[in-house]
Amino acid sequence: MHVLYLIFVDPFMQMVHSPDLLMQTLWDGLVGGVLYALIALGFVLIFKASGVFNFAQGIMVVFAALTLVGLHEHGVPAFVALGLTVLVMLVLAFGVERLMLRPLVNQSEIILFMATFGLTYFLIGFGQLVFGGNPKVMIAQDLYLPSGAIEWKGHFGFVSFQKIDIAAVIIASIMVAVLAVFFQRTRIGRALRAVADSHQAALSVGISLEQIWVIVWFAAGVVALTTGIMWGARSEVSFSLQVIALKALPVLILGGFTSIPGAIVGGLIIGIGEKLGEFYWGPLLGGGIENWLAYVIALGFLIFRPQGLFGEKIIERI
Amino acid sequence: MLYREVGQYKSSYAADMAVFPILQDRIGIAVILVIAYVVFPLIGNDFLLNTILIPFLIFSLAAIGLNLLTGYTGLLSLGTGAFMGVGAYACLKLTTIFPHVNILIWVLVSGLFSSAVGVLFGLPSLRIKGFYLAVATLAAQFFLEWCFIRIPWLYNYSVSGAIEVPLRTFMGVPMTGPTATSLTRYLAVLTIVVVLTWVASNIVHGRIGRMWMSVRDMDLAAELIGIRLFRTKLLAFAVSSFYCGVAGAMMVFLWYGGAEAEVFAIDQSFLILFMVIIGGLGTLIGSFFGSALIYILPIGLRLIPGNFGVPIRPAAAEQLTFVIVGALIIVFLVVEPNGLARLWQIGKQKLRVWPFPY
Repeated sequence: MHVLYLIFVDPFMQMVHSPDLLMQTLWDGLVGGVLYALIALGFVLIFKASGVFNFAQGIMVVFAALTLVGLHEHGVPAFVALGLTVLVMLVLAFGVERLMLRPLVNQSEIILFMATFGLTYFLIGFGQLVFGGNPKVMIAQDLYLPSGAIEWKGHFGFVSFQKIDIAAVIIASIMVAVLAVFFQRTRIGRALRAVADSHQAALSVGISLEQIWVIVWFAAGVVALTTGIMWGARSEVSFSLQVIALKALPVLILGGFTSIPGAIVGGLIIGIGEKLGEFYWGPLLGGGIENWLAYVIALGFLIFRPQGLFGEKIIERI
Repeated sequence: MLYREVGQYKSSYAADMAVFPILQDRIGIAVILVIAYVVFPLIGNDFLLNTILIPFLIFSLAAIGLNLLTGYTGLLSLGTGAFMGVGAYACLKLTTIFPHVNILIWVLVSGLFSSAVGVLFGLPSLRIKGFYLAVATLAAQFFLEWCFIRIPWLYNYSVSGAIEVPLRTFMGVPMTGPTATSLTRYLAVLTIVVVLTWVASNIVHGRIGRMWMSVRDMDLAAELIGIRLFRTKLLAFAVSSFYCGVAGAMMVFLWYGGAEAEVFAIDQSFLILFMVIIGGLGTLIGSFFGSALIYILPIGLRLIPGNFGVPIRPAAAEQLTFVIVGALIIVFLVVEPNGLARLWQIGKQKLRVWPFPY
């Protein structure tokens, strides 16, 4: 009985009694969720356009951030370094398309998945070889990112918002909006959507698959760079960051592999659910449940909707 | 020239359906077994046995386990590491509670515990497919990993939080624990791997294997011809997890002699998946090839700079190994997506018709 009380009554009592803590937890969850959503967005872009489950998205985040900081350490001004990093991501996109995707075209999904794994290893080794394996500090100030916190006092307590978190949410929203406009309004965006619908049909109307692949990998690279800057500014730039890619996977299955709104909504659900669960229910289980809670939430959704919340309906034919 | 099937007539269906229909293959297997059982123990030093052969065999068994699930039944799993962990922890608990039973029996029995857990986490496989299932198995990976760390009962409340392998003897010879020689452990591992490989070969060549493969090729069609998907998929999870569990138990008890929960982390799952894919999906021999390549390649790469006197910092060598392994994986996949087993088959076919091209 006591256990049931602890699980079903006590956490909600706590929420009602101290709404400021609840607000703080929700806000932390929201920010975490936005960053998960950004990584998931990179996955979705690539999965939609090329059917590749890109495991390397996590390391791309680290690699992009590391390139930026590494270049700055060598005396390159911050914004020039930013431009150069974007260029590096473009080169990476070309390389991946040329050396990995093109020879592996028409192979089964699992082979492509494994190839991105090889890419992960390669980037881990290459990044460490060039920039060293030690954690680095993101050059937040040089990029004019705000620091410090705003404290907001209501009549029930106070909540503190880190300025960098607010910036992260704003920048992420802008980026999603830009991507949405890019997809809906431009010629390339239309081509991307055509490729996502059907490779063969897109080819038959003269869309170059290779070109599209470079563009989506480049777009995913830019998304990765943004995520890397934000995440790096919140903590630091290190190779342990790549495990956040694993955090983004439940977001993906929750939202559906092919849906951009799904990635965002899924990211927010996972981010907030994870923080709430850890804060209110975690102590019952001895803490540290953050690592698997997201997967269990996602698994629960999947039992009822096997294609994710926003995924395309699965139609099977013989 | 030597590898010809000319003149080898089959007079029964059994002979025609044999796993090794060609005499030379049977001789080859016999030679390999003799080398494994006689030559290696005679010439092998501790380095060869402990650093190369024992891990190679253990990883092969784990790869066979995953291959039964991913290669034969088409269910992608990323929870292999955790299932291996279940085997290891089950074995520790069993041998703590019943210290007088032979440890090798517990190594095999702990596979059954792993099976049970595997079936539990395989339940969603009926509704979820493809990469969605892969991510679902990650739930198993992270949840079990958390259990290994957070439940002290599992590691006997040891202060370090690690598994400490106790001394167990088999007919007076130390089998596990610090005093066991690498030779005894090697022979134990070898025997278990040989027997389980033989069992796996019989499973996949029989009715169950055909059921699995039909599910892999198209599960809807398999259901229409009367295969019960639910049972078949769960059976695949059970058998696969059994193999992984045994491999995990052997890894801790017969190789490391002590391990922390980190050994069963997600990296291990990916490593085994690598072995399966580089070796060849849906082939048993490929599991051995993949394990040999993926496990021994980094060791070899690390030895190269030292032996050739190339001045390189150890850290840089480590990073270079990552770069090379990553690049090689992509190259392998580009050159031969069907894995090393396919190359082996092509080679045999060429030998069969030599000197003619076909």
